[in-house]
This record gives sequence, C-alpha cells and structure tokens, in this order.
Amino acid sequence: MSTEPLLTVTGLTKHFPIRKGLLQRQVGAVQAVDDVTFDVAKGETLAIVGESGCGKTTTGRMITRLLEPTAGTILFDGRDITHLSTGQLRPLRRDVQMIFQDPYNSLNPRHTVGTIVGAPYRIQGIKTEHGIKRAVQDTLELVGLNPEHYNRYPHEFSGGQRQRIGIARSLALKPKLIVADEPVSALDVSIQAQVINLLEDLQSELGLTYVVIAHDLSVVRHMSDRVGVMYLGNLVEIGDRMSVYTTPRHPYTKALLSAVPIPDTARRQNRERIRLVGDVPSPIDPPAGCRFHTRCWKATEVCKSEVPKLVEFAPGHRAACHHPEVPGEQAEVAPDGTAISPFASPDLIEP
Amino acid sequence: MTVPVDIPPQADPDPAPVAGETAIQGRSLGQIAWRRLRRDKVAMGGAIVLVFLMLVAIFAPLIVGLLGTPPNDPQRSLIDRATGTMLPKGEYGGMSLDHLMGVEPGNGRDIFSRIVYGSRISLLIAFFATLLSVTIGTTMGVIAGYVGGWVDAFISRLMDIFLAFPLLVFAIALAGVMPDKAFGLEGDTLRIVMLIFIIGFFNWPYIGRIVRGQTLSIREREFVDAAVSLGARSPRILVKEILPNLVAPILVYSTLLIPTNILFEAALSFLGVGIQPPTATWGGMLSDAAQYTSHLWFMFWPGMAIFITVLAFNLFGDGLRDALDPRAR
Ligand SMILES: Nc1ncnc2c1ncn2[C@@H]1O[C@H](COP(=O)(O)OP(=O)(O)O)[C@@H](O)[C@H]1O
Ligand code: SF4
Ligand SMILES: [Mg+2]
Repeated sequence: MSTEPLLTVTGLTKHFPIRKGLLQRQVGAVQAVDDVTFDVAKGETLAIVGESGCGKTTTGRMITRLLEPTAGTILFDGRDITHLSTGQLRPLRRDVQMIFQDPYNSLNPRHTVGTIVGAPYRIQGIKTEHGIKRAVQDTLELVGLNPEHYNRYPHEFSGGQRQRIGIARSLALKPKLIVADEPVSALDVSIQAQVINLLEDLQSELGLTYVVIAHDLSVVRHMSDRVGVMYLGNLVEIGDRMSVYTTPRHPYTKALLSAVPIPDTARRQNRERIRLVGDVPSPIDPPAGCRFHTRCWKATEVCKSEVPKLVEFAPGHRAACHHPEVPGEQAEVAPDGTAISPFASPDLIEP
Repeated sequence: MTVPVDIPPQADPDPAPVAGETAIQGRSLGQIAWRRLRRDKVAMGGAIVLVFLMLVAIFAPLIVGLLGTPPNDPQRSLIDRATGTMLPKGEYGGMSLDHLMGVEPGNGRDIFSRIVYGSRISLLIAFFATLLSVTIGTTMGVIAGYVGGWVDAFISRLMDIFLAFPLLVFAIALAGVMPDKAFGLEGDTLRIVMLIFIIGFFNWPYIGRIVRGQTLSIREREFVDAAVSLGARSPRILVKEILPNLVAPILVYSTLLIPTNILFEAALSFLGVGIQPPTATWGGMLSDAAQYTSHLWFMFWPGMAIFITVLAFNLFGDGLRDALDPRAR
C-alpha cells in the first residue's frame, strides 16, 4: 500500500445555520462537524465510527461535496475541492462516489435497474464500447446481481440486492474513492457479511480507496486499515486498526469497543463492559471543554473548561483526551458497567 | 467477468419478493397499481360510469337524434296551458317514449336531450379547468419545493392569497361584466373559455400545495443525492428524478378536482352567471326547475346527473389513491 494520501481533510467544519422568523435571521447553528482532520492513503480503508448524530454522514457528504464545508479544506489527489462550483465538480464526480445508507431510499422507485445503473454513463456523457446496456450488465455481474434483471424495478429486490444495485451505480464511473455511509446498517445481520465481503473484493479487484462509515466498531473490524472515532462533531481518536482496537486511548473509543461482541468466551469473561448513560448531547449547544465530559466517567474540572488536543501516542495513533487510557487500565464503572460522569445532568444519575 | 464474492448471488438467502427467476421484465409501480385498481370494484364501477358519461358527451348529437328531440326546441303543445299551471301534460312530468325524462314545464323542452347536451358543458369545463389548474399548480409547486428559499416563500404566500380569494364572488362579478365578444370569440364559446380560465386559474393552489409538499419530501430522498453526486444538473433532477414520483399524486388530485369543478360550474350556471340560456347546462336546468318548487320532479334529473357524475369521479379518485399509495401495500 502506498502512503501517498488520496484524500486530505484539514480542519473540516460544518455548521448548519438555524433560522427563525419572517426575516430568516440566523439564531444559532447545528455544529454537526467541527475541526476534523485526517487523511486517507491510496488503496486503504478508513473507517469512521461513532454513535448516531456524531456527524459521520455530514463528514461523508462534505467529502463527496454534496455539502459545502463551513470551514477547512478538502484535498483530493492533491487538488483543493473544498469550494468547487457545481460545474467544476462535474468531472470530479467520476472519481468520488458515495454508497448510501438506506437502500430503500437511495434508488428511485420509478426507475428500472438498467436506468439506475446506466445513469452515471448518461449524466457524464460517457461512451462505452458496446453500449450502455452492456456496460450496465457487466457492472451488475460484478456486484453479484443477475444481469438479466436489467428491466426490474427496485421494489422487486431484497434489501441486500438493492444495496448491491447502489454499489453498482457507484462503481459505474470507475471512481478512485468511495464513501460508504453505513452501507450495511439497514440490512439483516445475515446479509451484512456478504455485502462487506463484496466491498472488500471490489477493493482489491479495482484498487479502490474507501471511507466507510459505521455506528459501531464491530462492522468495520475486519475491513478497515485505519479507524477514526467521532463524537459530537469531533474526531476524538484516529489510528491504525490494530492500535485502536487493542490500545484505545480515548475513553469513548474504549466504551464503543466494550460493546463489540467477542466470540472467544475466555476473553469475554474478564472483559469489562462500559455502558454509557444518556444520549449524545445536542450539537446546537455542545458541552464546553471536552464534548464528552457529560458522559465520561473520568471527567475532571479541566475537561469542563479546556478542549483537549489530539496527541500522538504511537505513529499515526492520535487521541484527544486530558486523561488518556493507559493499556491495561480498568474503567471505574458500576458492577453492571454503567459509566456516569461526575458532570452528568442530575436526572441521569437519579432515574 | 468473474463474480468477486465468495457467496454466489443465487445463494443470497435474502428472498426476492418476486417469484420465478425467469421473469426478466420487471413490473413497474404503475402496473402494480393498475392491477390493484382493477380489483377495486367500487373504483371500477366509478370508472365505467365515467367512460359512459364521456361517450354520452362525445356522441350527444347522435344520441339525441335517436332518442330525443333537439334540446333547445320549445314544444308548447306538450304543456298544459288550459289550467294555467304550465306543467307538462301527462303523468311524471310528461315522460313518454318520445321524452324519456319528460319535458320541462313552461316551454316543453325535452329534458333527456338537455341532460345529454349538458354533460358536454360540465365535462368540458371541468376537464380543461382542471388541466389548467394542474399545469399552473405543478409548475409553481415544483419550483417552490425544489428551489426553496425566498422563491418558495413568495409562491407559498401567493397560494395563500389565492386560497383566501372569494372566488365565487369574483366569478359572479367577472361573469356579470363579461362582454358578448372578446378575443375573437363570442356567445357560448367565449363563456366556456372564460369559465375554464376563471375556475382553472383560481384552483391551482390546491394542486400547487400538494405538489410543493411532495417535491420537498422527494428532494430529501437519497436517490436525489445520488443523482447530484453523479453530476446531474437541476433540470435533469427535476424531470428524471422528481417528476416521475409526482405523477401519482397529481393524477389522484386531478381526479378529485374535476368533480369540484363540475360543482363549481353548476353553481355558476345555477346563479345565472355561467353559460347563458337557452344552452343546456345541468346547473341552468336546476335553476329553471327551482321556479317550480312544489314539483321537485324537475330538479331530479339535473340533480341526479350532477350527483352521479361527481360521485363517480370521487369513487374513482379514491380508488386510484388507494391503488397508488405505497403504504396501502
Ligand atoms: N441538513 C441539516 N440541517 C441541520 N442539521 C443537520 C443537517 N444534517 C445533519 N444535521 C445534524 O447534524 C448532526 C450530525 O448529523 P449526521 O452527520 O447525520 O450524524 P451521523 O451520520 O453521525 O448520525 C445531527 O445532530 C443532525 O441532526
Ligand atoms: S478529556 Fe476528560 S472528559 Fe474528555 S474524554 Fe478525556 S477524560 Fe473524558
Ligand atoms: Mg448517518
């Protein structure tokens, strides 16, 4: 794997303005993504993990430029694409594609599979050697669908097959980078592995680079090279997969990891469970200091006032925490695993 | 090309809802809706009545030639002048084989012929007024929903204003001052065109609101994002991605707007500001019959004609909505 970055994201920020009243005055902002920095090397898979509402989709949509960043820069293949206009983006669209979360929502119910997977060629005006139909059928075959189902409609397929159609569409233009937004979270557990296998096989066959979004660490355990963990708009930890899974430095990563099922019974027994209480706070008015302090069992006064900076613990492994985890350290949590922050709102402590 | 998955696609345990791998041609949602509609007896009953009504309207001269007498010809010999009631001679309003629905009191015109000819006016005005509303409403609704921002705010306020407009009062005033000749048209033709414009122009916000709402929700669907991320431009997204998903709601609400417009035209003609006598309209016939309140019999025929037509459209429209509604699946 080359280490040359295909994608470099620096200080990426998205604030959705909240407007009220007749004059549509801005009264606040949803701070969906705040100052996120990472890069993705050619041919590798970066997983972005975090609970729902942490800004993963927003990050993915900025990379694919479905959304315009509020601040920060996105370099793709050495080129600044942060504020390209719709017209300037058109040629770039061939290189950066997205797989959407909901296979029931991402395929137009009024179009046949042929129309859906053929759209990339038509929109980009690409001439194919044996016509669009052949190209579409080849792509369908590539993702494991029956090419004869060309004239079928999305509702005639199961969830897993629909997600394959979405994958076929994203592959049609032979992109370099694919952002896959929770590509299997809407699918039956029994189907998830098949789709993940397919994505992995396509990657080695076509030399793709992936940014894969997931809401827990178990889904991306095997397919990722590196893992980034997001909490409430911030990237709180990033590093090589092995490093992050074996020695998590951020308490939030540790909590997420403790929820990953382990097949091995011996290890399962002495494993600690950390159960976070409450939901992710609102990104309209995020907690000051470390945004995790309202749910972190290790929080102290400094966490409330000072924003922790990303610190490198091992080559490429960084985490933002005032009291980082030390390998082997046990979390001070209740016997049932419930972790409560000293700064949690009182209604959480006394349910 | 090899399939790069270790599990062959046929082994996908995830069942495809359609049986028979040999069926290559897919069934569109429209075809599925049509099958569902055909099983709906009430809606199909409505549809049969509507087809019958349209045939009657189209072949009115033929039907009247066979089964009636010219609709505007007074036949005073059929009226009881001796007693001065001016009612038709004979039982049941003068019903006979020559006059299937009897004749009008006062001048003895053949009610059957007038009902048949009246269907032309009703359907013509209601249909074209609806077409006009749908055209304006769809255009405005799609623009408001898709462009958003101040354009949406402007169009939405415009719709509010139109909906608050006292349409009936306005129509009465306008029809009252309407000249006999304008735009190279005159007589009935001019009034028909004017009525189509008045009714159609003021009803567009009903369709407009529905289309705007639908556009707003379709625009948020991920397949639109998928098109954007492939580099599609706005016109393509509107025409190829959004409009096909608007066809069903537009069809349903058009079918439900037609009967409203039939009632509206009937009301205007009843009030004397619609199509002018002696041309036969259902509303005008009701108004004529209203002079004989002690003999409700004469109101029965135009009343029934309006009632059956409106009911048929509504039953069909409701069935259509159920057939096209994906949640009903
Ligand atoms: N278009 C938008 N307008 C306003 N707020 C948004 C918008 N999209 C997302 N958000 C908010 O931004 C936050 C992050 O959302 P998202 O990126 O979808 O999170 P995730 O994908 O991690 O679940 C959420 O609080 C969400 O409500
Ligand atoms: S900085 Fe403090 S509150 Fe934030 S994760 Fe670290 S210990 Fe917890
Ligand atoms: Mg998401």
